[in-house]
Amino acid sequence: MQVSLPITHPESAAEFTANESRAHWHDQALWFVRVKRDRAARTLNEWEALRALASQIKSHTMSRLGDYLEQFEAQATRRGAIVHWARNADEHNQIVLDILKKHNVHRVAKSKSMLTEECHLNPFLEQHDVTVVDTDLGEWIVQLRQEPPSHIVMPAIHIKKEEVGALFHKHLNTEAGATDATYLAYAARQKLRDVFLAAEAGITGVNFAIAETGGFVVCTNEGNADLGVSLNKLHIACMGIEKLIPRASDLGVFLRLLGRSATGQPITAYSSHFHGPIPGGELHIVLVDNGRSQILDSDEFRGALKCIRCGACMNTCPVYRRSGGHSYHSTIPGPIGSILHPARDAAQHATLPFACSLCASCTDVCPVKINLHEQLLILRSVIAGRKLLSGSKRLAMRLTSFVFQRPRLYAFLGGVGRRVMSIMPRWLVYNRFNPWGRQREMPPTPRQSFRELYRQRRGKDRA
Amino acid sequence: MPRVGLFIPCYIDQLYPDVGLATVEVLERCGQQVEFPEQQTCCGQPMANTGCTADARPVAELFVRTFAPYDYVVCPSGSCVAMVRQHYHEFFHDDPTYLALRKKTFELTEYLVDVLGLTGWQGRFPYRVGLHQSCHGLRELRLASSSEVVGPSYSKTRQLLGSLDGIEIVTLERPDECCGFGGTFSVNEEAVSCMMGLDRIADHQRATAQVLTAVDMSCLMHLEGLIRRQRTPLAVMHVAQILAGRAVPNVTATTAAGANG
Ligand code: SF4
Repeated sequence: MQVSLPITHPESAAEFTANESRAHWHDQALWFVRVKRDRAARTLNEWEALRALASQIKSHTMSRLGDYLEQFEAQATRRGAIVHWARNADEHNQIVLDILKKHNVHRVAKSKSMLTEECHLNPFLEQHDVTVVDTDLGEWIVQLRQEPPSHIVMPAIHIKKEEVGALFHKHLNTEAGATDATYLAYAARQKLRDVFLAAEAGITGVNFAIAETGGFVVCTNEGNADLGVSLNKLHIACMGIEKLIPRASDLGVFLRLLGRSATGQPITAYSSHFHGPIPGGELHIVLVDNGRSQILDSDEFRGALKCIRCGACMNTCPVYRRSGGHSYHSTIPGPIGSILHPARDAAQHATLPFACSLCASCTDVCPVKINLHEQLLILRSVIAGRKLLSGSKRLAMRLTSFVFQRPRLYAFLGGVGRRVMSIMPRWLVYNRFNPWGRQREMPPTPRQSFRELYRQRRGKDRA
Repeated sequence: MPRVGLFIPCYIDQLYPDVGLATVEVLERCGQQVEFPEQQTCCGQPMANTGCTADARPVAELFVRTFAPYDYVVCPSGSCVAMVRQHYHEFFHDDPTYLALRKKTFELTEYLVDVLGLTGWQGRFPYRVGLHQSCHGLRELRLASSSEVVGPSYSKTRQLLGSLDGIEIVTLERPDECCGFGGTFSVNEEAVSCMMGLDRIADHQRATAQVLTAVDMSCLMHLEGLIRRQRTPLAVMHVAQILAGRAVPNVTATTAAGANG
């Protein structure tokens, strides 16, 4: 068996930033989306009220998720859908495969679902002789490159159009060196049309499932979800159990927030509603837990399940923008991913909660008001508590604490430190053991501390 | 006359004593009677932010013991105040001494505006100034409106600085992007941290700032480290130093008119 070692964010991030122009390009591309989001949010005076409402609706849903799931199942079944429950990724994949096998399906058109990504459905199906094509343009691009998405809304945001040109030249036989977006998109469209026509089943994700009606909504900008499931009789919808909202009337709140937060659009181009199978067809809904009920059980991290996957926290995160989605080595990168993954498996993702400067921009941007930066801070103590911090860090903090508990020792050591620093030769200060000094000068080392100067000043005042 | 306890964070005490002195002078100019309790050390933020809660707790306890007797606690660092106000809760919960302390602990410019009710500040500072909005002051203390939140825009620090004679506060492309310091983040994630800092500095340069200022010396320590290494012609000053009328290190004064034309 292969043992997967935890991969650290700092190393991958350093690799990404080493290509400075690329990292800056990536940062600018995402900042552009963040600015569009700001503009779109400001077109609604009631923006903050909407956020608060969405947050409350989701909190309420989480507080009785079991009831709402049952209600959803009953209503969806009443409408003719077949509902399945999967405890984990393996069960999910097996359920999907069994359905496909029963219908003798070998070609599937899929429309963006981070959940199937999380469950690694594609490689599983490929192993069983099923070809899956991700039909969202970005998703398809990363699929052709045989790499995971780097963003949950813009999966190929890390790829330049020159690279897409080269990729399409290789796979679609487009002109060499072509970079024109319209030309490339058209070529993709032609090819994807064949995929849609040849597919025997459609798999989609779910953005919102409505307990009251048993229906669900899939939001896309390319309309490919509709195409994928309308051209054939079998539709499998895979959803995490947290996608639920109680009533159809709640939907408007979320649809108004989602598009604006994600891309700055008033609403995504297609919000497709599904209520039962198409005539003569079959609709399967797979409800997946895969660690979610573990998060639901924890008071600290339950709020993270409110996430509607808009990606705004990624676009605003100054670390994500400069380190790229792949540096997180997780299906969901950025601030929310740095909670969801370690909350389930702290050892594997121990560096993620530290890949954060605690600027709190994610918390302010989140449309459902998840206290992201606070949860990241709490996760750090979970990781320290489970002894997953490096020994040197733990020791350093223990020593620092020891000194800070003793004012006189602190003042004394401060003085010694400053004096030593001021006489140390440069090479002793700036070496590979001092990450501060690689690109930065050390702070000044004044002769006297504030407390010394203050005492003198007081002395003079009294004299 | 209320007793004001001065909270001078450890790194300001040791490395930037003049910021501490400037804070004293600013408060005294407002007629405040300030006192520096000597047994203070640190708010415990480095340990807490690394997740070492057990190591942070006794330091936080020392802080509360030290400052409980004062009517107000004032500190020239937004992030240390945020530590006390937002993150001590897990140590002290509903302890009445803590809850009282929480209500009377203020960042310097916040104290001047909210407690003393100042709307401006007298003085002359004929420079183009870039105001770096430090994240903890911004999004945990709400010293200013943050660009993500929809609502009226305001900034307590800017209100004070902007009223100085001859000052021009330059417009940044990203009004409140993080500088990348982030405490131990600056060492842990050195590569990203420095890139963030350099980007922040470049924004100030494009806006032709001569002086870069903030209410948090820790952000400035990081930015100054990069500025000095790169020999960028940009002076770094804490807001308290500007308010106290300190001279600008190594930058020639211009008139605001000259700056515009
Ligand atoms: S955590 Fe909030 S901002 Fe981030 S993806 Fe989820 S809903 Fe969007």
